[in-house]
Amino acid sequence: MLKDVTLGQFFPGQTPIHKLDPRTKLVLVIVYIVALFLAKWFVSYAVIAAFLALVIAMSRIRLKVVLKNLKPLLFIIILTALLNLFYGQGEPIAQFWIFKITRSGIQNAIFMVLRISLLVAGTFMLTYTTSPIALTDGLESLLSPLKKLHAPVHELSMMMSIALRFIPTLIEETDKIMSAQKARGADFESGNLISRAKALVPILVPLFISAFRRADELATAMECRCYHGGEGRTKLSELHYQSRDYLAYLSGAALLAVMIVLRQFGL
Amino acid sequence: MTTAIQVNDLHYTYEGQDGGKTHIVFDGLNLSIEQGSFVAVLGHNGCGKSTLAKHFNAILLPAGGSVTVYGMDTKDEEKLLAIRQHVGMVFQNPDNQIVSNVVEEDVAFAPENLGVASPEIRRRVDDALKAVGMYDYRTYAPQLLSGGQKQRVAIAGVLAMRPQCVVLDEPTAMLDPQGRREVLDTVERLNRETGMTVILITHHMDEAARADRVIAMSEGRIVADGTPQAVFAQEPLLRSVGLDVPQTEQLLLELKRRGVDIPTDALTPEACAQLLRQRIAQS
Repeated sequence: MLKDVTLGQFFPGQTPIHKLDPRTKLVLVIVYIVALFLAKWFVSYAVIAAFLALVIAMSRIRLKVVLKNLKPLLFIIILTALLNLFYGQGEPIAQFWIFKITRSGIQNAIFMVLRISLLVAGTFMLTYTTSPIALTDGLESLLSPLKKLHAPVHELSMMMSIALRFIPTLIEETDKIMSAQKARGADFESGNLISRAKALVPILVPLFISAFRRADELATAMECRCYHGGEGRTKLSELHYQSRDYLAYLSGAALLAVMIVLRQFGL
Repeated sequence: MTTAIQVNDLHYTYEGQDGGKTHIVFDGLNLSIEQGSFVAVLGHNGCGKSTLAKHFNAILLPAGGSVTVYGMDTKDEEKLLAIRQHVGMVFQNPDNQIVSNVVEEDVAFAPENLGVASPEIRRRVDDALKAVGMYDYRTYAPQLLSGGQKQRVAIAGVLAMRPQCVVLDEPTAMLDPQGRREVLDTVERLNRETGMTVILITHHMDEAARADRVIAMSEGRIVADGTPQAVFAQEPLLRSVGLDVPQTEQLLLELKRRGVDIPTDALTPEACAQLLRQRIAQS
């Protein structure tokens, strides 16, 4: 059951999108989000959707996978759509009790649905095509100018990659502890929410204790392997921009430019 | 022969959690380990063998006396990285030593810390993974590997520092028999083929029997030190400090006690069987 937990699913591949530098992809996602929020009318949304469709097609990720991962957000999408539907201004088209539906309400609802779906699907493309390790490397490299301001950039990326490394280990451990507690008659499945939450305590306590012990041993092992912070550290695979990265930056800039122009015309 | 590790009059105490009582671990321990040797340190739980190992690469510092590693005093803070680079250390639980979720990235961790240039890191990672027979698994995630494989990755992670000496603190305690064999074979090969000093801390008698030299410890003291044959011949002494002798040795000693004239220095099942066969043929 716990084995299914995935954080930021990654689908390995050899497509141009997969091979992009993680830094490029991180910047492009930000550009994409800004572009999305510049959109005012259907034409702009169509441009964004076309851009996303191109990325999805190039990355060979099946549309079905993207849609499947949007499903958990369906509730939020519908809720925001409904809220927007009833909060429109102007002449009501239909009215019952205190609710009124207006033309602008319908418009806003549609735009909201488009905006959320495109936003989430777009950011999904980053985690689908970039391994967690590459992502942390990219983040560290992008944020490295902040090191001059004494921001603990290396430490943060180290923490992220260690957290990623230990997720499967801790999940396995949780499974083991759960089995052990079940064997002693613990009941995790029945009762109301409060009693179920209470039943989790005998899992969390040993899990935390073992996590601390692991952290202690890991710290010693890291010291034994000459870890002394980020200073003077080199990398097995340094990040290097390729021509495809410049191309990607160019297309990002183009997208942004198109969106700004469309916005001027209210499209 | 040069000396790899020299321990002089080592004292070490720690404050217990039970009301700040001071426990004495070492009260004047002396030890010298030759470069290129394969040393097993034997002892039951709490005899101080892990504490001793942690002194070999300055994870712990002596409270009195000194530990000298390749001519460097472990108290010298400026030489800390050099000491740790010379003496690599592998621990019991492979899961708690692997820092990255890609095998080759993990092996690269130590050279990255040492500031080695990228192409050289690549070379070292490949060499280390080949030395432990894990090269084919270099792009795997560690959780997909077996215990023995993970422990071999941990060893590769240490080898990538190009150490002169590797200290293994009960590396097989959490492994199944298959994993134990993989790890021990790897360690033995490293010692025989590359001349690396290996210090194996263990409480398995049959693992200790594979070494050139066995040091038996009890309550912070060395009770026996010598070749495996010489140490395991002192059965009553070992038993008195809660240690066993290998099963083969046990069998031969028992035979001798019953009046069978047989040498008692066969430490592997194969050698023992050979000996018995010869003896039976004679009679």
